[in-house]
Amino acid sequence: MAEFLTKSRARNIFYGGSIFFVVVFVAMTVHSHKYVVETSTAGMELSEAVVHGKHIWEENSCINCHSLHGEGAYFAPEVGNVMTRWGVLEDPEDAFETLKGWIEAQPSGTEGRRQMPRYELTDEDIRGLAEFLRWADQTDTQGWPPTEAG
Amino acid sequence: MKYQSQKVAYWYFLAALALFCIQVIGGLLAGWIYVSPNFLSELLPFNVIRMIHTNALIVWLLLGFFGAAYFLIPEESEREIYSTKLAYIQLIILLIGTLGAVGSYLVGIHGGREFLEQPLWVKFGILVAALIFLLNISMTVLAGRKTAITGVLLMGLWLLSLLWVFAFINPDNLSLDKMYWWFVVHLWVEATWELVMAAILAFLLLKLTGVDREVVEKWLYVIVATALFSGILGTGHHFYWIGLPGYWQWVGSIFSTFEVIPFFLMMSFAFVMVWKGRKNHPNKAALLWSLGSSTVAFFGAGVWGFLHTLHGVNFYSHGTQITAAHGHLAFYGAYVALNLAIFSYAMPMLRERAPYNQVLNMASFWLMTGGMAFMTFVLTFAGTIQTHMQRVVGDYYMEVQESLSIFYMMRFGAGACVVTGALLFIYSLLVVRRDEIIAPGPANPVPGE
Repeated sequence: MAEFLTKSRARNIFYGGSIFFVVVFVAMTVHSHKYVVETSTAGMELSEAVVHGKHIWEENSCINCHSLHGEGAYFAPEVGNVMTRWGVLEDPEDAFETLKGWIEAQPSGTEGRRQMPRYELTDEDIRGLAEFLRWADQTDTQGWPPTEAG
Repeated sequence: MKYQSQKVAYWYFLAALALFCIQVIGGLLAGWIYVSPNFLSELLPFNVIRMIHTNALIVWLLLGFFGAAYFLIPEESEREIYSTKLAYIQLIILLIGTLGAVGSYLVGIHGGREFLEQPLWVKFGILVAALIFLLNISMTVLAGRKTAITGVLLMGLWLLSLLWVFAFINPDNLSLDKMYWWFVVHLWVEATWELVMAAILAFLLLKLTGVDREVVEKWLYVIVATALFSGILGTGHHFYWIGLPGYWQWVGSIFSTFEVIPFFLMMSFAFVMVWKGRKNHPNKAALLWSLGSSTVAFFGAGVWGFLHTLHGVNFYSHGTQITAAHGHLAFYGAYVALNLAIFSYAMPMLRERAPYNQVLNMASFWLMTGGMAFMTFVLTFAGTIQTHMQRVVGDYYMEVQESLSIFYMMRFGAGACVVTGALLFIYSLLVVRRDEIIAPGPANPVPGE
């Protein structure tokens, strides 16, 4: 082993192998990119409202309490399927009203319960956010999450 | 300390320690909010505290890496740093950016993607600082002796800076956003940072054990090869449920299983080197942190990562407290402990005195590591219950969380231990000025470096 695996051979394996895996990874990424655009997120149009909602989601750093498709802070409920959980996935108007009602009722002030801060959002912002969450909910996530609870 | 310009590292380490302090206190606050949810909820909401906790972690670890590079590259290259002035400018840019980011979070300006919430101007600042760093370090390495350690370290630092470009790319399509986001997040901590970690560990073991450089460097190549071979396609374990093709479930499962190997090798490497080494280096604390880092990294990143990485398991455990358990132990073992190892090794030299009060330093190791281990166990139990209640039975999130409160209390206790340990570490490194408490061991068969 000691004679077969010299330092320079180990070095060549490291560089050569790494380049190989990078190439494979890049090729799979290209395919995955196409798959996302054409298949898994093609369920709903990526409208202006959805894009606006995504920015609202980011500016308010919702991800640092909630999780979205399982990624985030795990301090507050999963929202990747929240529109399904609320039963408003199919109806933009219901989705907007429900989300608006929820956001404007915060913080609940209930002692001993986690508090969601009050965000001053316009109707346009809330509508965008609702559309963004409906859009995300329609992504083909390979069947995840296993239950409606998220 | 053989080279004057190594002194630059001292300021990097100080800045890193200050942010380390902020990071653990932020973590403790966040842990307390889990216990007492109304605490600070109007003044400083959880999401801001969490952002400070994670961002401070990333920046202080990077400052530690930069400092470590400035410390070890002159010794490896056998020459002074290309420009100490550039190194200080880089540090100032990073400090202004860090303070700017923390300030903007506190007044409610934040955004972007998780961990990458920094305002755009801060992101540019980080990019400029990284470029200055790469120029400075590359010029130093090119002009001096080239070793495997500098080669691997430089490659890791170049690649991690290159991947930072994806912090600027934020597609409107959430699934694409998530995919490219992992290019920074996963390929940093499970690929390029591992190169940096292995290089620094190799340097430390070379110095502390006196084992032949040829042996150390061959191991280094083998370790980083397994790290990249498994880590690059291992990215797939984040691609299961975000809208990407189903084949990632197999690619991710298989390659992330292999991700245990580099960590196992690093742990074996550290122990074998110490065992083979004939040197009785007086800096026992640095040795303890080096061995501890590779061991905890093996359990935190390797074992705890593997626990929930197979797609059949991850389908249920994804995004539960099991992920939090793994994240904490992995970061602590692989990167926090390693940084503290190089600080423990370098600080006495940078301050030009013998290793001092290692008893306190080693006590802080056991406090922090014990606290982290307990936190990991507690969160793993909480996560297992959560997985069952929420993902199998289908109970709602907040009900499940309420039944986990006992675990969150224990986690807070563990967190308090970690913070105490961290403060003790900083104290032992910076404040204590007495002579060595324990006498050095018997004369060294090999002269110490």
